[in-house]
Amino acid sequence: MSEIALTLGPVFFHWSPDRLLDFYRRIADEAPLDRVHVGEVVCGKRMPFSDPVWPAVIERLERGGKQVVLSTLAAPATVRERRSVGDLCGDERMVEINDVSGLPSRSGKSFVAGPFVNVYNEASAKFLIQLGAQTICPPVELSFAAIGAMSVKCPEAEFEIFAFGRLPLALSGRCYHARIHGLHKDSCQFTCEKDPDGLSVDTLDDQQFLAVNGVQTLSNQVQAFCPAPDALAAKGVRRLRLSPQTCDMVEVARIYRRLADAKEEPEDARFALSCLDLPGTLVDGYVHAKPGWQVTAPV
Amino acid sequence: MTTTRMELVCPAGTPATLRAAVQAGADAVYCGFRDETNARNFPGLNFSRDELAEGVRFAHDHGSKVLVAINTFARVDDVDIWKKAADMAAESGADAIIAADFAVLDHVARNHKQIRLHLSVQAAAATPEAIGFYAARFGIRRVVLPRVLSLQEIAALNRAIDVETEAFVFGGLCVMIEGRCYLSSYATGKSPNLNGVCSPPEMVSYDEEPSGTAARLSGFTIDRYGRGQPVGYPTLCKGRFKAGGKTSHLFEDPVSLNAGGMISGLKAAGVTALKIEGRQRGKGYVSEVVRAFRKAVDAVEKGGEAVDIDRLLAGQSEGARQTSGAYEKKWR
Repeated sequence: MSEIALTLGPVFFHWSPDRLLDFYRRIADEAPLDRVHVGEVVCGKRMPFSDPVWPAVIERLERGGKQVVLSTLAAPATVRERRSVGDLCGDERMVEINDVSGLPSRSGKSFVAGPFVNVYNEASAKFLIQLGAQTICPPVELSFAAIGAMSVKCPEAEFEIFAFGRLPLALSGRCYHARIHGLHKDSCQFTCEKDPDGLSVDTLDDQQFLAVNGVQTLSNQVQAFCPAPDALAAKGVRRLRLSPQTCDMVEVARIYRRLADAKEEPEDARFALSCLDLPGTLVDGYVHAKPGWQVTAPV
Repeated sequence: MTTTRMELVCPAGTPATLRAAVQAGADAVYCGFRDETNARNFPGLNFSRDELAEGVRFAHDHGSKVLVAINTFARVDDVDIWKKAADMAAESGADAIIAADFAVLDHVARNHKQIRLHLSVQAAAATPEAIGFYAARFGIRRVVLPRVLSLQEIAALNRAIDVETEAFVFGGLCVMIEGRCYLSSYATGKSPNLNGVCSPPEMVSYDEEPSGTAARLSGFTIDRYGRGQPVGYPTLCKGRFKAGGKTSHLFEDPVSLNAGGMISGLKAAGVTALKIEGRQRGKGYVSEVVRAFRKAVDAVEKGGEAVDIDRLLAGQSEGARQTSGAYEKKWR
């Protein structure tokens, strides 16, 4: 059985510099993760807050033995945002491309194709691999079967599945946090900071449904794909991505490490996750080619 | 600022609508095959290979162009279906293929050099770097812009790129960046990228309740209407939701896009083509909207204003409510 690696995805939410520093200190010291993504992915307006902490965070993570990946903005728009994508793509470290904007300055060097880049089939995956993609984390709406089929046909890259966290479902030019507070994006007052896991969006019948995080829309529910490691290995899928929430992410990483090492059964891992202080109930519909909000039997 | 005449690009869901759009003054029509290779995969819509060839002949005889949308993302193990659609479009004599998937773009660029490639809005390319990448790799000649850019941003973009831009002026208003929105598949299992549908009709229910009608999608209540109130279609991002202690149309009001009043602004921003959305609409609708926009575009091209377009189009918008969307910066 081949080793399944664990990746911590970028923080989607507007966490204060102190919160980010504390979070990554614990991740560096305690979490059994192989790779950690850092960087602002959702909103360029937040970058002046988080940019100053990244050097310290990266140093700490690397000293803790983690491979650091620099994640780029998913929808760069302003000159400053575009420049930041270009600068990050020039870095010697591994970089996650979250928009085609990053490809010209990263082509030829290795990169991760993040879940905001549309890779739906083996031919598109091969196209990106030829440009330098080493890891591909396909869009969250793709099933495990589809990702596995791509992986089998593209053994030269690692495929990663979005396994844990609120699912990133959409991006807009409009900021919903600002809109809820009667503000415009340009004068948003950074109200998204009040919702460190995103703000729940319920239906008129109080069904839990979605969550907003500035210009991003996520699921209210929390993805919890808990596959047996041999099921992953059979499809050639070599990485699981855990997406940060405010719950105990060190414990989430430990649960997935035990699962990936076949020291815990999928049902037990799922139960252990459900005991954490999560922003929503557990779902895994997408990986089973069902609507994302559904809950199905473990693989 | 461009001095070329702007092109009016109009929807053709069926051969009859194609003829109607051409006769009403469309410079170009766009259409797709009757399968999952295009983003309007509804029963009863779209073209067979023969219908497309016939449509191309008709359009060319009347001085119009035909653009073929092959703009969903190809399915694993079935990429050949998308490649074959591109082959058929090229063989039909169509003027351009509109695509988003790297695999489809690559196939067309390698095998059908004679046909123009347009980058679909589903590719969500909105920066000079992204558009430049598609131009360098695949030779795209035009990019269809996401409906989340302001006029200022479009003008800046046009100054930085050397491919044409096409902007939506009328019809549906996607408030999420197209091609990167999975809300529909989250609720229903069917999505624009994978299936060519958003908020699909087979998942819709209208439930009569004591207080009125609840419009639901896949069991999620998207909106509720009082007795006698007109009932809207439960498109996910146009619904009413509860968030932050408020009940509101959080993402967007149930409005449709009408940028008829912005045609001169779009021209000044350097936009090459104006796109009318609505391949699922009937012949009558398409004729009326195309005719109105033909007049408006011609007026702007003569140096005037697109006067009266709202009056010309009264009654053709969703819920009769319209917005110029993200073209005005305050929308955000």
